[in-house]
Amino acid sequence: MAPAVLVQNLQKRYGSVEAVKDVSFQIEPGEIFGLLGPNGAGKTTTLRILCTLSAPDAGRVEVSGISVVDNPRVARQCLGYVAQEVALDKILTGRELLQLQAALYHLPSAAAKERINQVLSLLNLEEWADIRTGNYSGGLRKRIDLAAGLLHAPDVLVLDEPTVGLDIESRFIVWNFLRQLRASGTTVLITSHYLEEIDALADQVAIIDRGLVIAAGTPTQLKDKIGGDRVTLRIREFSPIEEANKAKDLLQSLPFVQEVIINSDQGNSLNLVVAPQNDALSAIQQSMNLAGLPTFGIAQSRPSLDDVYLAATGRTLMDAELAAAGTRDPKAERKRNMK
Amino acid sequence: MSGTVTPPKPDINLQPAASTQLDVGESTPSFLGELVQETLALTRRLFIQLQRRPSTLIAGIIQPVMWLVLFGALFQNAPQGLFGNSQSYGQFLGAGVIVFTAFGGALNAGLPVMFDREFGFLNRLLVAPLASRYSIVLASALFIVSQSLLQAAVIVAVAAFLGAGLPDIAGIGAIALIVFLLALGVTALSLGLAFTLPGHIELIAVIFVTNLPLLFASTALAPLSFMPKWLQVVATLNPLSYAIEPIRYLYLHSNWGLSSVVMQAPWGNVTFGGALLILLGFNLVALLSIQPLLRRTLA
Repeated sequence: MAPAVLVQNLQKRYGSVEAVKDVSFQIEPGEIFGLLGPNGAGKTTTLRILCTLSAPDAGRVEVSGISVVDNPRVARQCLGYVAQEVALDKILTGRELLQLQAALYHLPSAAAKERINQVLSLLNLEEWADIRTGNYSGGLRKRIDLAAGLLHAPDVLVLDEPTVGLDIESRFIVWNFLRQLRASGTTVLITSHYLEEIDALADQVAIIDRGLVIAAGTPTQLKDKIGGDRVTLRIREFSPIEEANKAKDLLQSLPFVQEVIINSDQGNSLNLVVAPQNDALSAIQQSMNLAGLPTFGIAQSRPSLDDVYLAATGRTLMDAELAAAGTRDPKAERKRNMK
Repeated sequence: MSGTVTPPKPDINLQPAASTQLDVGESTPSFLGELVQETLALTRRLFIQLQRRPSTLIAGIIQPVMWLVLFGALFQNAPQGLFGNSQSYGQFLGAGVIVFTAFGGALNAGLPVMFDREFGFLNRLLVAPLASRYSIVLASALFIVSQSLLQAAVIVAVAAFLGAGLPDIAGIGAIALIVFLLALGVTALSLGLAFTLPGHIELIAVIFVTNLPLLFASTALAPLSFMPKWLQVVATLNPLSYAIEPIRYLYLHSNWGLSSVVMQAPWGNVTFGGALLILLGFNLVALLSIQPLLRRTLA
């Protein structure tokens, strides 16, 4: 069976900007696939190519075995695209927008009517259906946009940053909705630069950075691969640096401790990378006691996707965001996204 | 019936039972059927917008009426016969106002499309499996042409009320045909610009520098005989004149026909039928010249 989405050695440049250098990934039917990366990594460009809005410079892009370059109309039939910026016609009601959408996908009118009611109830939009979308809140706008993307029951639903700028409640509605969607067998491709979102939703993840895939796998695999659990140890609420250094030397001598970093932003607490084992915390506490050092707090956690990103790129996602924000040209990007 | 209760809601299927049929389609639906479906839906959107935001249309009706009343009054005391056969300047002006109004409306046809591009709504249409993306163009043209015909009808009625007389049925049909041809061609050009120019500011600028100069360089406000030679040449190259003169002629002559001479251009006489052919040619040129522009975005 053909993968739901196949992207192979995709390349795209805009003038001197290499938006996508070499991106490959594959999505199996029924998965939620997360494309994670900072702003400007090439996520939106990849999605726009997948959804036939721009042409790739090189590479293979297929939806259910259909090339989006050679057979764009058939591919469009299989795809639902929910863009990052919600573009509604504020004069139309939600229902009228869906009716337009249904006609653009050539649903027969009887089926369309039924299906519209179905997606409206799916996203709890019934009471808003006959109100103009110009009066909708941000969360409602996103939901009607999702309803529109889903209307023709696409095999693959493509969502570009679906929860950016949403309030917590709307965000959870979207999350739940995506999980329900997966349960019904729809393949979902979602981009995000929220780590916890991808961690919570995605079956498979590809992390992309500056147009390249730098890591791919399940969230658990990725976290396991960089190895080690994270232990945060606070000697006191605010420890003097000498004491922190002493504890660092002490803990580094333990066989299962791989790395110790003093975090001066957190009152000289210690961040440890340890080989996964069950009694790490008690062993640490024990040696602290023997050396006569107090323990104010200690916690062990699995590595996060941010740690994965850090390990692969040498910078945190937050730093990458800040760096990217300075170098982007929003006007040029808007222009090239305008067909 | 709208009064019936909503059916009991079954547990919600995310994928409707009919989804496979939805996707595959029953026995490959016809290209034409799909084209009609999407074009009508896009046209319907424009008419819903018009119905809920009618100010443009209202202004588009008030403006020509003001032209008729105010501009007509400006030359009220001009000696009779100064403007050819017409009894008054108002009668002379009617044809110019009809054509200018249709022209102005069609020139603005590209603006909504430009805003759709800028707001990203066009992307919604472009990711859909449209039978042909020319349905976007077709819907705009249908909308603008119907709006122009409505405006023309009002102007004809008001002009009649002001004493310009009313052409016969065939004459009204001819006016409708001329308005249709002009609006279609200009709409096509405006849409071509809307897909080419970088943004609405540029489009408005182009509309601005096109609108009034084309009006003044036509026979809308004064007959050819008033103009210096060079302006006569310009005015007889201007497609607007080929729409204005036939309409003016049938306002002033009850016995008009396709072979009636409606305009004496510096290089020869233009007949009623000739003017129609030139408008038709203008349409063909307009529609063909925007093909490459549209293809760049829409193909």
